[in-house]
Amino acid sequence: MNTEELRKKLLAAARANPPGDHVPLAFEKRVLANLAARPTADIAALWARALWRAAVPCVALTVLLGAFSFMPTNTTTNTVNEPDLSLTFEETLLASSDQQEELW
Amino acid sequence: MERTEAELIAAAVNGDPVSFEPLIQKYSPRVFATARRYARLEREVEDIVQEIWIKAFQKLGSFRGDAPFEHWLMRMAVRTCYDFLRAHQRNRESAFSEISDPEDDWLERFAAAPESASEHADAAKQLVARILEQMSPAGRLIITLLEIEDRSVKEIAELTGWSVPLVKVRAFRARGEMKKILERITKDKYL
Repeated sequence: MNTEELRKKLLAAARANPPGDHVPLAFEKRVLANLAARPTADIAALWARALWRAAVPCVALTVLLGAFSFMPTNTTTNTVNEPDLSLTFEETLLASSDQQEELW
Repeated sequence: MERTEAELIAAAVNGDPVSFEPLIQKYSPRVFATARRYARLEREVEDIVQEIWIKAFQKLGSFRGDAPFEHWLMRMAVRTCYDFLRAHQRNRESAFSEISDPEDDWLERFAAAPESASEHADAAKQLVARILEQMSPAGRLIITLLEIEDRSVKEIAELTGWSVPLVKVRAFRARGEMKKILERITKDKYL
């Protein structure tokens, strides 16, 4: 069977039988009723709802970070054996300026 | 005094849905004919058309009026039909064993003598609908617009929002896809 000819014949069949354009009775009333039933998009209300939803996680995060900052740090142990990292970092960073000061 | 289309649109943009009613009445036949090309069940057709009108009302503010309202509406209709095809593409996996007896007879008549198989036969109409249902959403849309509705590539690009090269590429693929489906039918039947 010649598929190309079959394709042309079937497309001709589709062209020869266009779909109907009848509209169901009172269709426009159905659309208007649907439009009336739909709530209109209130951007301010959407924003307010989103902000209220975001408030709970924000408060939770603040409490968590606050509690974390008040927790005692473990700096009293190993102070003799291990150097303080922040002190070492500061010394390294300012080493060049310290040397310059000594030269002057 | 009867209001013009522009006045009705302006009133609808200002939130008066009743002004939208004459537009729905005027253009619904065209929108229904378009939707019936992509959905077989009347219930689905009605849902598609309703969605088109609701979208049209909600986006009426973006209608600038530099082209006819009908063109703007048909672009929305074609894009909504394409969304429908994409949402229902899982349903297109029906086997060819479902071909009805009249369709089978039509194919046999075509195989024996192509000119004896009339394109006006109901069986031919059903068969082409079945083949289009097997195609991908983009393939079906392109074949419908290009081959059945005889639209130009430029028109299809405007209706779908695709670029002209993309329409050409998709048309090429769609023809290949349709050819493969037809080959599968004829192979299942005659080999």
